[in-house]
Amino acid sequence: MAATSTAAPPGPPSTMARGVTGTRATRILGVLSLLGIAWLCIAGLVLSPPDVVQGESVRIMYVHVPSAWLAYLAFVVTAISSGAYLWPRTRSLTWDRIAGASAEIGVLFMGVTLVSGMLWGRITWGVFWQWDPRLTTTAFLFVTFVGYLAVRGLGGSHHQRARRSAVLGLLAVLEIPLVHFSVVLWRSLHQEASVLNPSGDVTLDGFMLFTLFTGVIVFSLVYVWMLLHRQRVLWLEDHHDDTALDTALAERRRSEES
Amino acid sequence: MSASIERMSQRRRVVMRIAAKDLRIEIRSRIIANQVLPFAGLVLVLFAFALDVESVMNRVAPGLVWLAAVFSLFFLVQRSYALETADGALDALRVSGVDLGAVFLGKALALMVQLFVLVVLLAAGAVLLYRAEIRSEGVVLLVTTVILATAGMSAVGTLYGGLSAGAKGRETLLPLLLTPVVAPVLIAAARATEAALGTAGTATGDGWPWVGLLGTFAVVFGVVGTVAFGPLIEE
Repeated sequence: MAATSTAAPPGPPSTMARGVTGTRATRILGVLSLLGIAWLCIAGLVLSPPDVVQGESVRIMYVHVPSAWLAYLAFVVTAISSGAYLWPRTRSLTWDRIAGASAEIGVLFMGVTLVSGMLWGRITWGVFWQWDPRLTTTAFLFVTFVGYLAVRGLGGSHHQRARRSAVLGLLAVLEIPLVHFSVVLWRSLHQEASVLNPSGDVTLDGFMLFTLFTGVIVFSLVYVWMLLHRQRVLWLEDHHDDTALDTALAERRRSEES
Repeated sequence: MSASIERMSQRRRVVMRIAAKDLRIEIRSRIIANQVLPFAGLVLVLFAFALDVESVMNRVAPGLVWLAAVFSLFFLVQRSYALETADGALDALRVSGVDLGAVFLGKALALMVQLFVLVVLLAAGAVLLYRAEIRSEGVVLLVTTVILATAGMSAVGTLYGGLSAGAKGRETLLPLLLTPVVAPVLIAAARATEAALGTAGTATGDGWPWVGLLGTFAVVFGVVGTVAFGPLIEE
């Protein structure tokens, strides 16, 4: 890539100039994530015991809970980065790209959460879907961020995109509590949270709990790894938008001269 | 002190001018009266075809009226911004240096008036087609519900309409963005209306918590819209 004639916009590290999104740190992170996933598969599918009440279906939990956690984490990161973009002192397209990358990952894992939850629900409750507040709010969160990603794709200048989507990212923070509250008023059926219940005593078997927490940590590592890469790919896309035509023209002229 | 009062009254004047402008255009063009209103009425008829059982119609009438109102909201918002993006009217507004928060409130107000009339007509349709009955003790609750719900829907519609105004593919994007956000209004307005009409033996008192939710929604999105509208449509 011969983009030397145009000044590169401020962005991620120098390796990016070669079109590579990996660095030493992300490679280590990637290897750790892979090892973690392998361990989670062994612990979740083989080592951990089946549940007394739910039987084997409890293993879905090792995917369901970490991916739900990750999706919420991702959306919180999107909201914070959106706020950081709108705040004049920290305004930078890097925040916008982090918000976008995080929302993409969040939507992906929210999808995983919904599907795995439905499978579990079919086995345990006998139905795929319950109209209870937590499920309904989660579904709305999913749709809201699908809409957010659609707004990011509307086009216009980078800053236009960033401003629009940052406002939308913050509106989601307003919307979700309202949706949740209205659905809570509407009805409530969901079983009580078993790890974070108010009395404080954990009702899970020791090793199952350990596996669950490992899952949360492994998924968080995967999230950071994906976020770093995706954010850099978005930087490359923006950079490509900015310079592709100029670069192509320069190449063309050079080949005509020679 | 007098300067801030001056600014307030100027702001109010902009709000009223913008609202009057939108309403005047509608009165002269009759686009909504001739196109959106018949559509909303047809939706009521289609619900009857889809559900088929007459005994069910009365039970679900409040929800159907509000669902038809939500569908109509999409068109009302599209129309509201079609006025602004045609001939670069929105750019002219930005250049004129008026307070964009006031522009937001003006457009939301005009939208609310249109939506209010539409919902009243839909309710009349429900009385005729679905045999819904309005009882005297529920009238106050019903009117409050319609005012607050249309206010909330207009505020959020104007905000999201501004977000997608002028962008490619906005016709299809707006419903996707707006549907999740208006869901609380749909739930609350339908339940409050059920309470007002006494559908399936509900008491009037059951409706007031929902009215609280509708009020909260209208205030939150009214305030946020006023603040966020300027940065959103600038550039």
